[in-house]
Amino acid sequence: MTESRATKWIGMPVERLEDPPLVTGRGRFAGDINFPRQLHMRMVRSNHAHGRIVSIDASEARAIPGVVAVWTAHDIADIGPIDFREGSIEKLAPYRQPVLATEKVRYVGDPVAAVFAEDPYIAEDAAELVAVEIEPLPPLLDARAEPGEFSPGKNTEAAYLTQGYGDVESVFATAHTIVELDLTSGRHSGVPLETRGALGRYDASRDVLELHGASKVPHRNKELIARMLGRPPSSVSCFESHVGGGFGIRGEIYPEDILVCVAAMRLDRPVKWIEDRREHLIAANHSRNQHHKVRAACTEQGEILALDDVIHHDNGAYVRTHATRVAMMTCGVLPGPYRVPGAYRAVCHFRLTNKTPAATYRAPGRFETTFVRERLVDAIAHKLSLDPMDVRRINAVRVDEMPFKRPLEALGEEIHFDSGDYHKLLDKLLDFVKWDELNAELAKRRENGEMVGAGLAMFVEKAGLGPVDGVRIQVDTSGYVEVITGGSSIGQGFETVMAQVAAETLGADYKKMRVIRGNTERIEHGIGAHASRATVMTASATREAALKVREKALSVAAELLQAPADALDIVDGEVVRRDNPGGPSISLGKIAAALSNTSKSLGERDPGLSADGFFHAEHQVYPYGNHLAVVKVDPATGGVAVERYIVAYDIGRAINPMLVKGQIAGGFAQGLGGALYEEFTYNANGDPLAVTFADYLLPTVKEICDIEILLTEDHPSPLNPLGIKGAGESGVNGVGGAIASAIDNAIGIPGAITQLPVTPQRLKAILDGKR
Amino acid sequence: MLAAAMKPAPFQYHAPRTVEEAVALLAEYASDDGRVLAGGQSLVPTMAFRLARPSHLIDINGVAGLDRLDAQDGRLFVGATVRHAAFEQPAVEGPLGVLLSEVAQHVAHHPIRTRGTFCGSIAHADPASEWCAVAACLDAEMMAISTRGVRLISAPDYFKGLMTTALEDDELLAEVRLPMLKPDVRFGFSEFSRRSGDFAIAMAVVVYRLQDDGVIAESRIAVGGAEASPRRIVEAEYALKGRQPSPDAFMLAAEIAAKKVDPLDDENISAGYRRDLVLALTRRALEQARDRAMP
Ligand SMILES: Cc1cc2nc3c(=O)[nH]c(=O)nc-3n(C[C@H](O)[C@H](O)[C@H](O)COP(=O)(O)OP(=O)(O)OC[C@H]3O[C@@H](n4cnc5c(N)ncnc54)[C@H](O)[C@@H]3O)c2cc1C
Repeated sequence: MTESRATKWIGMPVERLEDPPLVTGRGRFAGDINFPRQLHMRMVRSNHAHGRIVSIDASEARAIPGVVAVWTAHDIADIGPIDFREGSIEKLAPYRQPVLATEKVRYVGDPVAAVFAEDPYIAEDAAELVAVEIEPLPPLLDARAEPGEFSPGKNTEAAYLTQGYGDVESVFATAHTIVELDLTSGRHSGVPLETRGALGRYDASRDVLELHGASKVPHRNKELIARMLGRPPSSVSCFESHVGGGFGIRGEIYPEDILVCVAAMRLDRPVKWIEDRREHLIAANHSRNQHHKVRAACTEQGEILALDDVIHHDNGAYVRTHATRVAMMTCGVLPGPYRVPGAYRAVCHFRLTNKTPAATYRAPGRFETTFVRERLVDAIAHKLSLDPMDVRRINAVRVDEMPFKRPLEALGEEIHFDSGDYHKLLDKLLDFVKWDELNAELAKRRENGEMVGAGLAMFVEKAGLGPVDGVRIQVDTSGYVEVITGGSSIGQGFETVMAQVAAETLGADYKKMRVIRGNTERIEHGIGAHASRATVMTASATREAALKVREKALSVAAELLQAPADALDIVDGEVVRRDNPGGPSISLGKIAAALSNTSKSLGERDPGLSADGFFHAEHQVYPYGNHLAVVKVDPATGGVAVERYIVAYDIGRAINPMLVKGQIAGGFAQGLGGALYEEFTYNANGDPLAVTFADYLLPTVKEICDIEILLTEDHPSPLNPLGIKGAGESGVNGVGGAIASAIDNAIGIPGAITQLPVTPQRLKAILDGKR
Repeated sequence: MLAAAMKPAPFQYHAPRTVEEAVALLAEYASDDGRVLAGGQSLVPTMAFRLARPSHLIDINGVAGLDRLDAQDGRLFVGATVRHAAFEQPAVEGPLGVLLSEVAQHVAHHPIRTRGTFCGSIAHADPASEWCAVAACLDAEMMAISTRGVRLISAPDYFKGLMTTALEDDELLAEVRLPMLKPDVRFGFSEFSRRSGDFAIAMAVVVYRLQDDGVIAESRIAVGGAEASPRRIVEAEYALKGRQPSPDAFMLAAEIAAKKVDPLDDENISAGYRRDLVLALTRRALEQARDRAMP
């Protein structure tokens, strides 16, 4: 058969379909959505980290003209706390966050009342007049401290998690060398440019409760809202508009989402809430704060036989929608690319403190564990006087061991590395940077008094969380194609990628694909955009649906063109004969018309040039990579400048390499924040110290060096037809690890960095031996 | 009351056209928490957070005659509405213009510099304001006007502590006067901030001349950011007097500066670290002055 002449879209760095409205100021973010007669909500939040609510007096606020209602917990006593996404979990249930604080406040920012008013400013003025009297209680601020009482009979260790295999004690008892480290990853989080926003609207004409401004997991949120409010799921709809960044923290169900929904019904008016920046920094999920006391048992050659990690996970004040996901993942993914054949044990004290609740943030559990694991590898190399790259090589799972299974779990699945050659990618990266020359040059600069150094972190990502995604594709009579997904776009280029896959499979222009996402009324099932899953899962389902539509189009065209279907091809939306592409043809639009419900040529067929496609994932996929940093330290100030940063990553198959690189670059910027700049700090009273962008230091374009990306497609995943692995979290995963390693190298103190972020003050103390 | 809807707490807005009107409004409303609005780059963000909640804002942006930026009688006159950006290119001949243009690069980011004012910084008196450190180093004079009259306040009398100055509530800081620098004056400026454009944790501004015999004369060393107010560290200046611009001399002066400061100590930055920075930055500023190519 002759090669198809159809345009290849998969693998092409085509322009983003979603950009025109965004770059011409016609986007529609939560703040842009308005409904007639809407009310505005403003939260009254606790100013105390921990305390008992003595009284809440809203009479003065209620008296302000334009204030429609002020609610405290009392007014919504029938609504339970914010539930877990995956359903009820009995043991954790007592630690859930109430929609409005009931007896106690547990962090600065804890919602205690909600004001509803005719405009947002009246609401804000009135919120200030709500008098909240709180009897302060001593705050608990360190997850390593003795747990305190959460509620009668419940202490603040909400869960004790373990994962492991083998006999740890006996491997350690006989090991040649044991290396032990005490490491801390600071509290940081995703800070989208668009703060959260939610609009609740009750459509009495249809008896449907709508949440606008949903994102990330709209279908899951619809289920959760229905469950919490006791409504049939079919009477709840979620709508995602444009989203100015998600990063895992945006799009979960928070107290404010429930409040706008409940208020919309009870006050019988739409209710709008837009978070301000201070609120965002104290109320939206934090992440990453963990302490690891970790030890490795090794051979003389540096092979890690066993790992033993005791983790204190600071989850802040409550257990939110993710339950213990981040901590559990931490326990499972710590070994990363390394074999660890003897034994493994991770135990995690999952504890609550009087700080903002924590949950997932881009590469949850992986940013932290890559830092821990790669610190450990460097320490092993140092202790045994080995080359750290050799230690990585001897420990990394080899290509001939793939697929590699380990009796640990991530997101409820046993970890199976599907494919990959970790050694080859490491070699490619070291070649790319001319590792030996680079080190010689750095050594020379060090001799001349400069503090410069390089470091590397090796990691395995995980992506493509299942279990199943479905897509409906329908071609309209003009040949435009609706690709209706249960997916979500938090700005990552979802529409473009789905369009590329649909267009190539169908044989049409990707610009004619209209990708629908984030609308629970258009498709029954959906999961959304998290866990680097969208391209793996939703694009695979898109392909399934597109294949079916293609088959239907060809079978109709075969009749109309009087040719066998297998002699036909679809090129640029026209069905043509492969052997006579310039000959008679029929467009997809015409075929759709021929299949309309009133068409004479429909015959016995079901109407519509459309089909549903599902993709069932057998398993998550495991892309992998390395980060390499070159840094310069200023010994007088402790300041760190990143001179070079290289990410090597095997994506399996890049649907759009430009977007993959964008994901990696953005992730790197966030990782750099966590490595050097961003930290949610608290004083001894539990008052948050990072409540504006003047104190929560996002790196700017001036702090971020150009990133070099070595993107490879050496090992497409065998677990999906296109070989896709995820991209979303690869840029952030290794930054803490690589930067820490490079700083050690630059200052010539192995193992110096034990805590992220490496602030200038901390580094200066290390340099002066004052740690 | 004008109940315009906005993020800050409610306030009343006034837009005087003349200095007389402005000071009259100040006289009327100062006691009722009336405040001058200049570039708004410090005041407006704090109002948006409702940390500042003035009940009256007296916007001086439309006041005639406050945009003066010229040199006369050996002094540079900087009016109250002159923006930071006016200094990005040398605003005046000689070392002073170059000094101000180098320092300007460190004041926030360009868009902020196009609104924020030099005098606004001096009035606001953030301990880490670069302009305040320059004013302290050069012994600038501040001209304050109120309905009670006009007075000139010299830098040592003007900076009173953390965001506190000698300005009375009803006084308008109408202009700041900086002494011009002789062509052979060398200067250096060094600061350390977490990110580019952030308020610095500490900074040093130095100026000195080298006599014909190569020794240092007329040195001024000012430290900003480290203490509640910027100030000259005369003991460090004294240590340089008559010395060659040698590493030893610089180290000694820097050590004295670091020892003499009484650094701020807060929850994020310790006094000890600030002291370390004073040492490093003073030395760097002195070296920069030495290494500067002279016309
Ligand atoms: C992101 C960011 C970064 C910044 N970084 C820096 C930095 O690195 N270094 C730095 O120095 N500044 C920095 N700033 C502050 C900026 O320089 C401000 O412009 C400056 O501090 C105040 O000047 P303004 O004209 O904006 O004053 P405004 O904000 O209008 O006023 C500030 C205060 O001074 C009073 N005031 C102003 N003018 C007068 C006057 N003529 N007479 C009497 N009172 C007056 C006001 O009433 C108010 O209390 C930054 C600001 C931002 C937003």
